[in-house]
Amino acid sequence: MVGKTESQNGAVKATAAPAMNLESDLFSNFSFKSFKLKTKQQELLLRVSILGLVYILAFITRLFSVLRYESMIHEFDPYFNYRTTLFLTEKGFYEFWNWFDSESWYPLGRIIGGTLYPGLMVTAAFIYWTLRFLRFAVHIREVCVLTAPFFASNTTVVAYFFGKEIWDSGAGLVAAAFIAICPGYISRSVAGSYDNEGVAIFALLLTFYLFVKAVNTGSLAWALASAFGYFYMVSAWGGYVFIINLIPLYVLVLLITGRYSMRLYVAYNCMYVLGMLLAMQIRFVGFQHVQSGEHMAAMGVFFLMQVFYFLDWVKYMLSDTKLFQAFLRITVTSAIAVGALALGVGTASGYISPWTGRFYSLLDPTYAKDNIPIIASVSEHQPTAWSSFMFDFHILLFLFPAGLYFCFKKLSDATIFIVMYGLTSMYFAGVMVRLILVATPAVCLISAIAVSATIKNLTSLLRTKSKTAVAGSSKGTGGSKASSKASFDQSQPFQKNGAIALLLGAFYLLSKYATHCTWVTSEAYSSPSIVLAARGAHGNRVIFDDYREAYFWLRQNTPPDAKVMSWWDYGYQITAMGNRTVIVDNNTWNNTHIATVGRAMSSYEDEAYEIMRSLDVDYVLVVFGGVTGYSSDDINKFLWMVRIGGGVFPVIKEPDYLVNGDYRVDKGAAPKMLNCL
Amino acid sequence: MEALLRPRIMLSLTIILIPIFLFISGASSHQIRINNAERRIDLSTHIVKVFLTLKVENTGKTSASEILLAFPPTQVDHLAFLEALAATGKKKKKTYVSLAVKPTQLPDAPNETNYYTIVLANPLNTGETATLEILYILTHSLEPFPVEISQSESQLVYYRDSALILSPYHIKQQTTFIKIPSNKVESFTRVEPTDRAGNELKYGPYEDRPPYSYSPLLVHFENNNPFSVVEELVREVEISHWGNLQITEQYKLAHAGARHKGIFSRVDYQSKPAFSGVSSFKHLLARLPPRVHSVYYRDEIGNISTSHLRADSWKISELEIEPRYPLFGGWRATFVIGYGLPLEDFLFESSDGRRYLNFTFGCPLVETVVDKLTIKVVLPEGAKGPSAVVPFPVEQRLETKYSYLDVVGRTVVVLEKKNVVPVHNIPFQWNDLNILFWGSKMEKKKRNSLLVMLVD
Repeated sequence: MVGKTESQNGAVKATAAPAMNLESDLFSNFSFKSFKLKTKQQELLLRVSILGLVYILAFITRLFSVLRYESMIHEFDPYFNYRTTLFLTEKGFYEFWNWFDSESWYPLGRIIGGTLYPGLMVTAAFIYWTLRFLRFAVHIREVCVLTAPFFASNTTVVAYFFGKEIWDSGAGLVAAAFIAICPGYISRSVAGSYDNEGVAIFALLLTFYLFVKAVNTGSLAWALASAFGYFYMVSAWGGYVFIINLIPLYVLVLLITGRYSMRLYVAYNCMYVLGMLLAMQIRFVGFQHVQSGEHMAAMGVFFLMQVFYFLDWVKYMLSDTKLFQAFLRITVTSAIAVGALALGVGTASGYISPWTGRFYSLLDPTYAKDNIPIIASVSEHQPTAWSSFMFDFHILLFLFPAGLYFCFKKLSDATIFIVMYGLTSMYFAGVMVRLILVATPAVCLISAIAVSATIKNLTSLLRTKSKTAVAGSSKGTGGSKASSKASFDQSQPFQKNGAIALLLGAFYLLSKYATHCTWVTSEAYSSPSIVLAARGAHGNRVIFDDYREAYFWLRQNTPPDAKVMSWWDYGYQITAMGNRTVIVDNNTWNNTHIATVGRAMSSYEDEAYEIMRSLDVDYVLVVFGGVTGYSSDDINKFLWMVRIGGGVFPVIKEPDYLVNGDYRVDKGAAPKMLNCL
Repeated sequence: MEALLRPRIMLSLTIILIPIFLFISGASSHQIRINNAERRIDLSTHIVKVFLTLKVENTGKTSASEILLAFPPTQVDHLAFLEALAATGKKKKKTYVSLAVKPTQLPDAPNETNYYTIVLANPLNTGETATLEILYILTHSLEPFPVEISQSESQLVYYRDSALILSPYHIKQQTTFIKIPSNKVESFTRVEPTDRAGNELKYGPYEDRPPYSYSPLLVHFENNNPFSVVEELVREVEISHWGNLQITEQYKLAHAGARHKGIFSRVDYQSKPAFSGVSSFKHLLARLPPRVHSVYYRDEIGNISTSHLRADSWKISELEIEPRYPLFGGWRATFVIGYGLPLEDFLFESSDGRRYLNFTFGCPLVETVVDKLTIKVVLPEGAKGPSAVVPFPVEQRLETKYSYLDVVGRTVVVLEKKNVVPVHNIPFQWNDLNILFWGSKMEKKKRNSLLVMLVD
């Protein structure tokens, strides 16, 4: 008991230390005086209050951005989500579902309802409508800004239950505390970061938790719940592909390791069939579950399960082992043959689509760089650097292998799952920076197991020690017994001191982690990136608000039907804040269109004029950061324009813009560079 | 202190308004003669202020109680404010009594002339004279020419009027002074005797002009003062039970000067402020009541970080705001200013259980014309039967608004007025708004409990 309390204290020490210490003191006083017998209730109270504190902590640590700047939507994609949410709340669900947006991708337009994951918008709108119904006159922007922190808080609760399911409640609490402040997750869920990921991580963890629960219990109800969790995940984020591949993989591993059981059969079949049917309701996903190559693994495993079940049944019916062996051989061969044939025919006839570029680039990190510049140009699609692992995980990176060790030591269906989740997501995190997010819950959970198990071992060591000491002193003064006790005591002090030292070390590490997380959150991840802050010459804060100045000028002082051409990064922001039609935006679905803009930007002025005339462009937005030293301006992105443009129009050649292989923007730059738009 | 004085002034005004003069003597134009008229036209900002001093004599046989003022149709559309005072006493001990003014239609008006009738406090007997001080304010009366200017040019405007005062009466002697903001005058019409001294043009004196004399006058001069026009302003005043008055003002601001032509160079604008964009304006000043708190300044896409507040607990607080970009001719900006005020400064209770809210009507921005002003006063839930007392004609209606934790909704009094100008330099506060609300005895009890809350 006491050990557990301490471990939880450590996890949230630096941020909530005073309150926690006070509370644990209070409880320990109580426990020794009046409520000595009701240990169970005490534990429950303690657990709930710690979880409550973690819940609040997860929320408030994400409010740095609101305090530093203001309650605003961050970055690029969230602006699109905000705009669609606004549309949803104003026009209703039906209109939203059938929305054809002519303001983006001029002159093509975009079918919004069919090309987005509506989970986030519907969630925010639902929260908004609920609050409105309860007569809270909130603005939809505030709801959108606070959606991500709210779901981050919910994630901590899920993490607690997940940890409890795979290890024990202590590990659950530590996991909740870890995930509440883990920078890898905070980076995507600060207030204002109104993006799919904010909701999706909650849905991801919930689905996994419910599935593991279903596997552990074999209950149809849990499997059903997991199917609904999966549905929510599908509606929220394209990362659901990870679930639909990880779970079959997990099932396959269980089958191979001989852990097949009826529980697994019920859980997987129910979850897969129902989850698939539900997911088909999302228009953007549609029939991909039966048509796309990325989902075929799940279907294969589904059929494999049936074969397994069938064989089990036949084995039960046939008493003769030899006969069964023969039957097994025939069935397995024919099943594999039929499966391979179906896959081959499906792929050849075009019914099953091949893997998409992003999926390829996950399996082969060099693929995007060679073939799809548009994916490679996004900084969050780059392979992860070691430093960013350290930055986002800190001590969890070291605790992760330790946790894996503990998991392997106590193998069960649940720990196998978390190990697989951890390993695969870590691989993906290494391939793409943004997928650190997916790995974060697994890393937190496994590290929590490590911390919890270690501290539990150490404290139990301490406790047995003190108990025997107490017993020795109380049992009396004289005799042989006392001397034997003493000899027993003498064998222990090294162990005891070592335990204390290790505990202190663990607490030191955990408190360091908490400080690091707070620092990272406040310094690195709370910037809205649309408003820039810098220190002025006198130490005062200077705010650069030039982006919004430009967007607002567009909104106020251009004709309502004006078309604005800019590089695609700014597309969402122009439509959301400037309220004007753009040529390309951050939904990079049409590579050719983007390449056309890239070509216009990198051609000579007269050629560029022709291209722009053909696109009906009225205004061009370019960003230059030379005066203030802002590095991510269009000059910096220019080479990507050239590369993407050159990918479609071979007229544009990258070497034309380089001087001896260097990229220069000053007077010594290449002539084509100087003369282009 | 000031707030206490206002209702009294208000009361006196309403008393003056109440009497209705039915008898208009048709022959009045023949019996009144203007002995001396002096007109001072102030063109230093985009709000044209005209001070008119008339020495009126009754030469007829019967006593006259009304004086007519004539305006050409072009001016009457832009007339934002008109006020008449009767001056009595000698120079040192001059006292002013404000007079009622109302628009009048005359059947035989030449050239669609519009009239306003000044109702004298004491009828003018035969042979008596009176001195009238008239102030009227014209908006949108300066016409930029050239219509489009580039960033480096300064703004030139036309002002059109008549060198002779339009009047249905015979004027014995008249002089017009026109004050312009700088020495730079491109051209001006000469109607001899005409004189120019520095930034002042003098027309007259002209002797013995018959009724409805008119002589066109055109002044072309430089005016780089900000032509800030709020096209639409919605002020929402929300009264809270908890001792707070929350004001939210939604502005649609425009630069009504010469349209901007060509490109805008930020580098030129910042490096050479004296030569570049002289007619544009960067910041505006809003005068907010004392003890203002929780001021915010934002627009649809977020907070605007460029504003400074000089708050004061006794004097008027000043809020300096900068739009996101400098406003050039024809450019627009929308923004919202919100602030809280202590309720006890504005809400008073009378002995019969009604409550009065005294609040300024106009726009807090300095030197700004508001084309359409809407004031919404959101009363606490349960308030009944509100009525507004405003000393000039406004459109009124009631609405219901739902806010935090509302069940039946809050009553909203909506007042609308077009063409509002800030009038500060006049001796009385006309811009007060009284809202009374009353109800049954049950309501009274409820309101007593409200009072307790307010005291807290």
